[in-house]
Amino acid sequence: MFDAIVIGAGPAGANAAIILSENGLKTALIDEQRDAGGQVWRVKSKSILKAPITEAVEQGDALRDRLKSSNVTAKFNCRVWHIERQENGHWQLSVVGDSEKKLTTKALIIATGAQERVIPVPGWTLPGVFGLAGATALFKEHMMAPMRRTIVAGNGPLLFYVASETLRLGGRVSAVISLNSRMDWLKSLPAMLSNPALIGQGLKWIFTLYKNRIPIYWQHAIKAVEGENTVDGVTICKVDQDWAPVAGTDQYIHGENLCYGQGLMPAVEATRLAGADHHYDEKLGGWVPTIDQWGRTSMSGLYACGDNAGIYGALAAPIRGSLAAEAVCEDAGINLKKRVDSKKLKAAKNFGLAATALTIPRSGLEALITDETEVCRCEGIIRQEIDFEIKTGAQSPNAIKSGTRCGMGPCGGRYCMEAIALITQHRTRKTREEIGLPTARPPLRPVTIDDISDDLDYDDLPIPGVSPL
Amino acid sequence: MMPIFDIAIIGGGIMGCGAALRLADGGMRPIILEQGDIGQGASGVNAGTLSMQIKRVKLMPYAIRGHEEWQHMGDAVGFHKTGGYTLAFNDREAELLHDRMSMKKEAGANISFVSPKQLNEFEPHLAGKVIAASYCPDDGYANSSLTGQYYRKKIDENGINFIEGFKVTNIRSTSEGYEIASNGRTVVASRILIACGGWSKHIAAMLGVELPIRARINTVSVTERAPRLISGVIGHATGLLTMKQKENGTILIGGGWQGKGRPEEGRGQVSVDSLVPNLQLAKFVLPALSNIRIVRSWTGFEANVPDFYPLAGALPNRDNAFILGCVRGGFTIGPYISKLMGDYILGKEPEMPLFDPARKMEEGKLI
Repeated sequence: MFDAIVIGAGPAGANAAIILSENGLKTALIDEQRDAGGQVWRVKSKSILKAPITEAVEQGDALRDRLKSSNVTAKFNCRVWHIERQENGHWQLSVVGDSEKKLTTKALIIATGAQERVIPVPGWTLPGVFGLAGATALFKEHMMAPMRRTIVAGNGPLLFYVASETLRLGGRVSAVISLNSRMDWLKSLPAMLSNPALIGQGLKWIFTLYKNRIPIYWQHAIKAVEGENTVDGVTICKVDQDWAPVAGTDQYIHGENLCYGQGLMPAVEATRLAGADHHYDEKLGGWVPTIDQWGRTSMSGLYACGDNAGIYGALAAPIRGSLAAEAVCEDAGINLKKRVDSKKLKAAKNFGLAATALTIPRSGLEALITDETEVCRCEGIIRQEIDFEIKTGAQSPNAIKSGTRCGMGPCGGRYCMEAIALITQHRTRKTREEIGLPTARPPLRPVTIDDISDDLDYDDLPIPGVSPL
Repeated sequence: MMPIFDIAIIGGGIMGCGAALRLADGGMRPIILEQGDIGQGASGVNAGTLSMQIKRVKLMPYAIRGHEEWQHMGDAVGFHKTGGYTLAFNDREAELLHDRMSMKKEAGANISFVSPKQLNEFEPHLAGKVIAASYCPDDGYANSSLTGQYYRKKIDENGINFIEGFKVTNIRSTSEGYEIASNGRTVVASRILIACGGWSKHIAAMLGVELPIRARINTVSVTERAPRLISGVIGHATGLLTMKQKENGTILIGGGWQGKGRPEEGRGQVSVDSLVPNLQLAKFVLPALSNIRIVRSWTGFEANVPDFYPLAGALPNRDNAFILGCVRGGFTIGPYISKLMGDYILGKEPEMPLFDPARKMEEGKLI
């Protein structure tokens, strides 16, 4: 039994865990990865013995060092698959990859971070297509860039990071395709000026691209990924203000890899499974748990911090972790020694929000998903089938899922539900809030029966009562 | 307000939609009021088992007719007649299996006993620890998740009105009928039929009628796609396991293991304490399951009353009010008993007797 468990060892979660343990709470920190750092400060693979020291490496190492010298019980390579609230208000986590199968805690902080938004277009499932954030994991953990020519497409700042990192790691970039216009970026500058260091970093990325004469197509979208068995290139087109394709503007660009994504969304499966209230806020990246300024959710003993509670970004994450830890301590009757610097938080949040603003989906995106585009890649469901289901009366993600199998595969709808929502919004004119999400169900990730149970002694099986005759 | 509809049906599942279709056919003008989406409650989340071997003896004639209805719906609901086996692993279960299946056979189900050796020929992947088994060639399954799609289309084609997202907050009875309210919207009808499964107790209470309805919270799980491991519907002598492999290779695992929650609080939750033994039992029966991933587990509410027989008839002490629910084996029997209910409301003599909700109920015997 722990006083507090934190799920997710990124900058928000790991920092929260360290603070909780410093304040005398028996704390566990759980993460799927082999060490702390999350996505942004992702730990290098064991096979990399030496690497250039970047800022992310420094910050990640500092966090990992702090964690090692703390009293936090770190459980890495450990995966939570179910979250249940017990009658006494405590939380029970079902896990794989630990010596225990169940962990219980009085307070639960969820810091599961973000997931990618990828708008399906024809050919997006071809080998050679990476998610933008997926590509960053490859860079950070394995220091690998895709071979041959890479096209980088989508929106937001990640675009320029991925393109310049590909170059730094020895890859080749044939073009950057940005949904955002130059004007979008100019508009976001004032808010971003709250952090000159990061602005400088961003400019350095763009400068690297100019220096290497990489063409940047502003206000353009991927219309189709071309190729028979792997990527040969992409057809791009100009988009209007709403990101709808402009007819007659198609161009073909060669490349063997495509790094592709439209920003980050809060990873809310865990808070949803736990039963907390959620709402839709496009400024925060999508569906978020409804929280107070410290991260208390609608359920007592359940807290959320980091990008899963709104995409404020890596800068704000550690501070938000501190805030959640503060709330847990306060609710446990402990007075925290250190208080959060609210000015620093505000500046960090403003910067994060400005970056997220560049990725807010616009109404035209839906038009990029053609009739034949595979929307649900687990079950092979194309857009036409979803349109038909909506046209014949399905009004909710649950109904669409039941009728088409969209979202019933191993990914649990993580990939397709955003596209389903955009299509539903287009067809029904309902708000995202009205459309809602499908019911949250365990397991959070697929698990085998061997993962979650021991062998059965048949006579020990708890047979409740036989059904009535 | 003058009633516009002849009958308001609370609940857009199999029972409500089935009754609506019959009533419309008989000349009435029904409206279906559904709190969520059509066919997304218990009708859409149950394991879809259409097995004679797990039906109650007294309900067997209804189950046989219900099974025919599903067969008739066919591909549109993913109907498959695969045959099914019920297994026993120790002497106590073998005795139970023999006693129960003999009685069900007597009641009209096409059930026979097979030797473990015969079983092994048909289902070679099952654990070799079976000591007795029964077989019914009529057993099979339908795809419950298609229930909503199927009935929405049917009621649409028949011009039946329905409102989704209509969560009843108040019912007022007037001299003309019933005024049913939901967050500012009101529907007026001359009659009312309660057909909302686990939520029926709550709705009946709005009419001042207390019914001894309880809700079971049944758990179902589905695996990722797997190579062909079983061909028929597999059951367990105790009734604590149902298993079937769909055409796409996914394996659906049920058996009525209990989750948590109450209908008033939403959809119910999966409990690890019952899910794990459910899956352990499945793996015991089908060892190859051990390395196949579980993709999703969920729950659905199954309403019942103490004697585990249906509520199907007039609501006690109320005029023009009816209830249909608590049918054990409701997925199989629903399409048929809802027709009987429709006939009853239309003033016709139903083909088979209904189940008076006002009867005295004794606690059903659990063997």
